[in-house]
Amino acid sequence: MPQEYKLLLKHVDAKGYSNDLECYERQGGYAALRQALAIAPAGDTTPQAQLRKSVLDSGLRGRGGAGFSCGLKWSFVRHPNPKPVYLICNADESEPGTFKDRQIIYKDPHQLIEGMIISCWANHVNLAYIYIRGEFTEGAKILNTALAEARAKGYLGKDILGSGHDLEIHVHRGAGAYICGEETGLIESLEGKRAYPRIKPPYFPAALGLYMCPTIVNNVETLCNVKHIVEMGAEAFTKLGTPNNTGTRLVSLSGDVKNPGYFEIETGKVTLGELIQNENFGGGLREGRNLQAVIPGGSSSKVLKAGETFKLGEDEIDLLDVPYDFDTLMKIGTMSGSGAIIVIDDSRDIVECLANLAEFYAHESCGQCTPCREGSLWMKKALHRMTHGEGRAEDADYLKHIAQNIQGRTICAFGEACAWPVLSFVEKFRDEFEAKTAVKK
Amino acid sequence: MSFTPSKNLQQEVAELISHYPDGESRSASLMVLHAIQDEAGYISAEAMQWAASEIGIKPLNLYELVTFYPMLREEPPGKFVLKVCRTLSCAMAGGKELHENLCDKLKLNPNTHGLQTTEDGKFSIEFAECLASCGTGPVMMCNDNFHEAVNEAKADKILEKCD
Repeated sequence: MPQEYKLLLKHVDAKGYSNDLECYERQGGYAALRQALAIAPAGDTTPQAQLRKSVLDSGLRGRGGAGFSCGLKWSFVRHPNPKPVYLICNADESEPGTFKDRQIIYKDPHQLIEGMIISCWANHVNLAYIYIRGEFTEGAKILNTALAEARAKGYLGKDILGSGHDLEIHVHRGAGAYICGEETGLIESLEGKRAYPRIKPPYFPAALGLYMCPTIVNNVETLCNVKHIVEMGAEAFTKLGTPNNTGTRLVSLSGDVKNPGYFEIETGKVTLGELIQNENFGGGLREGRNLQAVIPGGSSSKVLKAGETFKLGEDEIDLLDVPYDFDTLMKIGTMSGSGAIIVIDDSRDIVECLANLAEFYAHESCGQCTPCREGSLWMKKALHRMTHGEGRAEDADYLKHIAQNIQGRTICAFGEACAWPVLSFVEKFRDEFEAKTAVKK
Repeated sequence: MSFTPSKNLQQEVAELISHYPDGESRSASLMVLHAIQDEAGYISAEAMQWAASEIGIKPLNLYELVTFYPMLREEPPGKFVLKVCRTLSCAMAGGKELHENLCDKLKLNPNTHGLQTTEDGKFSIEFAECLASCGTGPVMMCNDNFHEAVNEAKADKILEKCD
């Protein structure tokens, strides 16, 4: 029977566990930081370089959405660097379907802070920020309290734990704009501007980031993992999960399942079907309902249709047998994104579901690039018509046409994020979209 | 109308500006606007003028933020601001019905998505996009308080407690 594997969520929701420093230390908190600070130089290799290599060797991939190697991202920053290096924790959890970072921020904030301090030490960072979405009002307070506790204990501030390293971390609140999750938009926002994503190249803020200095932006879950890599060693970490998909993953499960919630699994060791149906996870669909579709990695990922099969090497596998990891989901034409699964059963009007998402993207487009600003609105309007009895025969193609003219034509990945749901819904559920015209005629 | 910041706000703003490197005080803008809105309920043109001079930027630099970020408001809202999550998982769990139900109770228009305020100025309601608690929908916020799995009875209680 597939089980949860609790690494990051070990203490979250545990009986008697609270989010204060005392409780965290009682459970061995900040031991990994001491361990990291105690690493001795090995020949010419600094302790920091050893740590960075360890994170690279662990195979840790970014948990925010893109799944890019964390160690590689770090390696783009040169050391020693003539400019200050900044680290930003992306806690702008906003991808529809995602509610995993919230659990850590609210219930185990010191785990994040410890992961951040280690990451800052490893990358010679003296000033870091936690960019938290504006609606996490309570979360921002919890983090500020936790940071104050850490400061009082000498984990932050001047000469942390006698290491000679100075570090300060501040909380910076967003104000309700989804685009701030895009890392260069986030940086602009942190600089006090509108969150307009920056033109690439440079592709990574590691080259030019905050204040045009080298900057590392990592998701909450990614930074927590760094602590565990230090604790267990890179090799042990690679044994969790599957090759190239190491460690655990926090999965947010919502929609039409009996038991929605957040779960931690070894990456790739549990299938989509198990996540939806197994008693340890979603517990199956409600009585009398059948599966219609699965959005596998946040609302921006391409939708999967019940009954779809995929050719993987020699094998033909059913949607429900797809292991939940980074690579397999990419191979079947979608992505695991932020680890958010939305289950849609056959009682739902699939066009309504897409209309809901289209409205989200139209609202959240930052307005910088014309194809996205105008296109997201057109798609929303067309879908609104279709779900209000005014569908036209050409609507399915019309939607596809707009989406195709957005993707690849924008500064940031929001273009794809709003185009992919439309393209995949229309392609896989064309009959339902065409039925909207039939109603009219 | 002029804007008179409280002692607390002045101190808070100075503290916030100190969180950013020398010469980068513009970074404090969003946090300063939050601080103003937390105290005054909204951000007036006069407040922007005051804050801009504290930060050392032009008022326009703040105005472009107020008009971009959905959480920031130029007009005073009701005493209690209800934000109902509109996005997919919550919609599937009854978010639209929750919004409708609250609007009916408050005699406001359920078809209006944006902010609307009751005549007595006690309540404002608006739809918000994904509040990141999709497993416990429908969710809503009442000022800074977050509420999960809000059915009709729970919604009534939330309104009752607003005083």
